[in-house]
Amino acid sequence: MEVKKPKIKSMRYEDFKDNEYIDSLVEQLNASGVNVVVGKLDQLLNWSRSNSLWPFCFGTSCCAIEFMCLGAARYDMARFGAEVARNSPRQADYIMCQGTITYRMAPVLKRLYEQMAEPKYVIACGACTVSGGPFKNSYCVVKGIDEIIPVDVYLPGCPPRPEAMFYALMQLQRKIKVTKFLGGANRKEKRMEYVPEDK
Amino acid sequence: MCPQAQFDTVDGLLQVTVDDALWHDLAQQLKDVLHFDQLSCLAGVDWKDSMGVVYYLTNTSTQEMVHVKVATTDRDKPMLHSVSDIWAVANYQEREAYDFFGIIFIGHPDMRRFFLRNDWVGYPLRKDYDTNPELNPIRLDDEQNEDYTCTYVEDENGKVTKVDGKVFEDDEYVVNVGPQHPSTHGVLRYRVSLDGEMVKKVDVVSGYIHRGIEKMCESLTYPQTLLYTERMDYMAAHINRHCLCMCIEKALGIEVPRRAELIRLMMDELMRLSSHLLSYGCLTMDQGATTAFFYGFRERELIYDIFDRTCGARMSMSYSTIGGVVADVHPDFVKDVRHACDVIEKNLKEYHQLFTGNVIARNRMVGVGILGKEDAINYCITGPSGRASGVHCDVRKTHPYSLYNEFDFDEVIRTEGDSMARYMVRMDEMVQSIKILRQACDKFEQCEGNEYVADKVPKMIKLPAGHWYQQVEASRGAFGVYLESDGDPKPFQKPYRLHFQSPCFNLIGVVDLTCRDNMIADLITITASIDYVIPDIDR
Repeated sequence: MEVKKPKIKSMRYEDFKDNEYIDSLVEQLNASGVNVVVGKLDQLLNWSRSNSLWPFCFGTSCCAIEFMCLGAARYDMARFGAEVARNSPRQADYIMCQGTITYRMAPVLKRLYEQMAEPKYVIACGACTVSGGPFKNSYCVVKGIDEIIPVDVYLPGCPPRPEAMFYALMQLQRKIKVTKFLGGANRKEKRMEYVPEDK
Repeated sequence: MCPQAQFDTVDGLLQVTVDDALWHDLAQQLKDVLHFDQLSCLAGVDWKDSMGVVYYLTNTSTQEMVHVKVATTDRDKPMLHSVSDIWAVANYQEREAYDFFGIIFIGHPDMRRFFLRNDWVGYPLRKDYDTNPELNPIRLDDEQNEDYTCTYVEDENGKVTKVDGKVFEDDEYVVNVGPQHPSTHGVLRYRVSLDGEMVKKVDVVSGYIHRGIEKMCESLTYPQTLLYTERMDYMAAHINRHCLCMCIEKALGIEVPRRAELIRLMMDELMRLSSHLLSYGCLTMDQGATTAFFYGFRERELIYDIFDRTCGARMSMSYSTIGGVVADVHPDFVKDVRHACDVIEKNLKEYHQLFTGNVIARNRMVGVGILGKEDAINYCITGPSGRASGVHCDVRKTHPYSLYNEFDFDEVIRTEGDSMARYMVRMDEMVQSIKILRQACDKFEQCEGNEYVADKVPKMIKLPAGHWYQQVEASRGAFGVYLESDGDPKPFQKPYRLHFQSPCFNLIGVVDLTCRDNMIADLITITASIDYVIPDIDR
């Protein structure tokens, strides 16, 4: 069965300019090949997953205010099925890291990420999380959260406009639509990794 | 009073340089005899040959200010006497100085690090700090709780000994709140000791968003440092930037064109409105009134649109610059401001109908978390939270800056000091801000000339040697900038020391005081009504 490029309502495919990443994912999927039944079930699951992405409320600084605007009436995240901002990592699908991560916060972020249930995604929101941003020369700022946890979507801006945040969200939806859910996305983490050696 | 001290006048203020041995007695006399009852700013400075602290004191009845410089030449184990028993605000401020410079304060009850991890090597704001990343790598192991603290006690012979103490007793029941918690409004952590449901003690653990702004500023030129002011208290971005601009202008002796000053003032007031609307939204949401949150944010979008049209960004506008503003306003600016004023004024009534009279809101806020006037002065609580306790502390009135003395507005003061009063002061301040904005619109239309930046601003900004202090009324209290220059003749001069005295840093000082003997659920409403911004605390 052939996997097609994912469609997002009310945004043309040509509008996304730089999409080699998604293209490569599609190629990868098509190269490995998939059974029609499993493939259709996968598509159904991915369609439902991508339209009910629950974010994890994780705001450390300025970007968090723009995220609140996203939740408020004008921008209204509910249109994308992403309005249920969760305060517990156990209930969230993706973590939108809003704001600088410092050395003191780094172990906390790592732990919160590990506490999230699979499949889980990360959006690095704002210049600070992408590369350290304006605080790159600081003695205690992590230069990009990809040093600690894997990142799916990078979103520059200081802070990014709400429209840009939606772009990141849609990019994540597209990514979810072209992943293999059964036996793929939900089994990313190796089980043995967290078992202590002496047990 | 103290014949050994040295007196000068710097930056229009009396400067007292005093030896550390005499400092504690002088401080006591300054407070008791001359009534300098508020410690407005405490900035540690490393002068290379010596290290010390600059204290800015305010007499809250006459609004006089004086600053005191205390230094020590011992770099290996610098020690000064603590004044935390005289001004309570010095408790956290001295911990900050200890964290950044390693200055030990004798007699301080709780000498722990404040912003950095307890296993941090070195003191980052010292000029000889080793920036080698191998000394302080990103540590991904969980941080150990700091259960032990220490005090340095001096006996009659002047010998200083370290006495260990405990933060919490062994039999206390301690609950952890944060750093990832929806109602701490960011990444702040409390360790709360409970007796049943009653709070016995709150230990604030901060520094989860400490980004080392003050150190970074020392390696940037003056125009470059401006950007960080907006990322501390992002809800007072224009105001903070205005403050640093004013401080540099004061040092350079630049006069800002009237039109630019009016634009800055209007931006400041719009920012204050936006901040108080956010504070309304968050406070209501913390108490479960989710609908009210949407109302507050609906009006904030109007203000964001004005910023967007003039500055080109919704947040972090980077609009003020040294000598004026970056660009002229959008042609529809005044029209938009008037429209926003009308809409917000109309909708304020709706806010009150929606939330203020609500039985649940009143039960949770009236008479809860009372902060008395003496405590507010002692802990240097300014801004809406200070005025809710009856302190006359609006910098726009006490030390008028910009064009504020031309405007007719009232300082909103309440005397109850509870959560409700703090909330109501913000609501009433919005009315005053609208009043100022309307007057500013009229003045702006009458204003002659279209100069928005002073033409005498030098391309290379070089300040003479000296230090300056400038205060403004930010949305959460008095925001101060302490700027010291060494008069370096090289082309790209950098500030020798830039200290930001943020209002929120003082606000968390009273969390323990106000929450004590209240229910744990009230901790949320009290901290929401105190309304701090975490990056402003940690800087």
